[in-house]
Amino acid sequence: MSDRLFGLVVIIVAAGYIFAASLTEVSFLSDPVGSKTFPYLIGGVAILAALAVMLRPDAEPDWPSAGTFARIALAVAVLVAYAYMLRPFGFIIPTALAAGMLSYQIRPRAIAAMLTGVGLSVGLFAIFKFALGLGLVAFPKGWF
Amino acid sequence: METLSLLADGFSVALTPSNLFLAVVGCILGTVIGALPGLGPSNGVAILIPLAFSLGLDATAALVLMTAVYYGAMYGGRISSILLNIPGDEPALMTTLDGYPMAKAGRASDALVLSGVASFVGAFLATIGLILLAPMLARIAFLFGPAEYFALYLLAFSTLGGIASNNQAKAAIAACIGLGISMIGLDNNTGIARLTMGELHLMDGVDFLVAIVGLFAVTEVFVFIESHGKNSALGVKLGKITIPVKDILRCKWTMLRSTFIGFIAGVLPGAGASLGSFMAYSAEKSLVRDNSQFGKGDVRGVAAPEAGNNAAAGGALVPMLTLGVPGSGTTAVLLALLMTLNITPGPTLFTDRPDVVWGLIASLLIANVVLLLLNVPMVRLFVHILSVPPWVLLPGVTMISFVGIFSLSGSTFDLLLMIGFGAMGFFLRKLDVPTVPIILGILLGNNMEDSLRRAMVISGGEWTYLFSSGIAIGLWVAAVLGFVAPMFLRGKIRKPQAITD
Repeated sequence: MSDRLFGLVVIIVAAGYIFAASLTEVSFLSDPVGSKTFPYLIGGVAILAALAVMLRPDAEPDWPSAGTFARIALAVAVLVAYAYMLRPFGFIIPTALAAGMLSYQIRPRAIAAMLTGVGLSVGLFAIFKFALGLGLVAFPKGWF
Repeated sequence: METLSLLADGFSVALTPSNLFLAVVGCILGTVIGALPGLGPSNGVAILIPLAFSLGLDATAALVLMTAVYYGAMYGGRISSILLNIPGDEPALMTTLDGYPMAKAGRASDALVLSGVASFVGAFLATIGLILLAPMLARIAFLFGPAEYFALYLLAFSTLGGIASNNQAKAAIAACIGLGISMIGLDNNTGIARLTMGELHLMDGVDFLVAIVGLFAVTEVFVFIESHGKNSALGVKLGKITIPVKDILRCKWTMLRSTFIGFIAGVLPGAGASLGSFMAYSAEKSLVRDNSQFGKGDVRGVAAPEAGNNAAAGGALVPMLTLGVPGSGTTAVLLALLMTLNITPGPTLFTDRPDVVWGLIASLLIANVVLLLLNVPMVRLFVHILSVPPWVLLPGVTMISFVGIFSLSGSTFDLLLMIGFGAMGFFLRKLDVPTVPIILGILLGNNMEDSLRRAMVISGGEWTYLFSSGIAIGLWVAAVLGFVAPMFLRGKIRKPQAITD
């Protein structure tokens, strides 16, 4: 079932891809192949391969439980929030929060996770800033 | 003799104090990365590329550092295989078969020393093989025109899909995902934006480093969340380290045979180190007279896969340097490094930038000696690394990945893209879709399209031009065979599978 669904998704995406490629502007100075042919080929091969997967699916993978999915989704949300916070809030605070929360997702112990977050944040900052000389900002401007 | 003088020049590059220092640092980092479960040569090198780049190292220095990490990770992978029965990386899988039983029988230190020596033999001889074979192949590669290159790229994808994966159709889908992504951005030939859907951030295309770090490093975090960080590695004990001279001598032919097999597997595009160690182990098992102890702690079962995978790691550099076509996931990552440094691998690399090529080769030889010293007398240090728990390690790896990508482009969009690749990687891994063809597709897509278009410009749109030379036909035949033949040999040749205890 999973493989059939996967094949279907690939076919839909590949069809969308071919459509998007067909919207490419055509230059008046073009070579025999042009800008569209190779994307069409890729989309076509993907559709054929997806049909093959749908016709002969592998054994069902063991999917994690709903709870595990929720934890992974939460981890994705944490990382997305981290990506947005990194610029306005400096390195130390977002990193401590994100690392701590990820650590908690892997092993749910609050205090150890908090210590891991703070330790990683400060330790990595020291390495990046002072040993490697990357231009990281520790805290937002004007806090201290 | 020309080779020797070139090699001497290489040593004069590699032996500068700063490069020597980088080689040693790279060896230590690499061994640590290889030993840590969940980090291997490909994701380890991947997360370090953006950092090496932001450090502003010159091309040779960056290459020296990263290839030392690469070789180091190949050495380090065996440590957790032997002590914990968890391969530190995929190529070290076969070492668990006899290494762990040896450790259980109280011979952990013997197994570590023996596998260290086997790694050295494999890697050292493979580097010699690289020195002999690469310049020859580079000369042949001068005969390659766009039609031949197109067929060669196809060969890389088809053997990668055919031999190194369980399901060809899924490998083909993965290759298409990668190639499809590489098309996004400005068309090289006409300068017109393609497939960007009006998103300005996509005009430059998708940076391959973002995809690599996402698929290799971020995915690993999700996998660990799923497994709850089981397999954690606390409480490893190791006795006194002695050198088991008798065992080493007993394995000398094993090591040489396995090195040969591993090197060949490495040179073939798409096969790589995992297959090298697998083939070396199976060949050894069927060759020796008494194989009843294999799987129960036979010393030859430890020496064979280690010599094989390290030889394959060296062999995989041959097609990567001479043709620009990587033979495995890790060399794909090294190719990404070269492209980041603005070095175009291929035959011209040997004539235009001999300092880079021979400096690299010389530093590989030096790295090997350093690694032997690190991995035999000082192996005890690295055993302690295994006690870093996953709930510290994985968040740390993620944060390093973020900082690396962020310091490279400073763009939040790239970070989001990286998370997207990480999530996609998790689902693909569950569905048993290989991710290496995706990376290869992103790396090679534009070159592949360019060679097709250039071939068609030369021939004025005549498709038969693609099959017009002997080399091209040979490559097409090999590509089709490489993709189709494994379907019929499924029973005999299989990708090494994860072993559950």
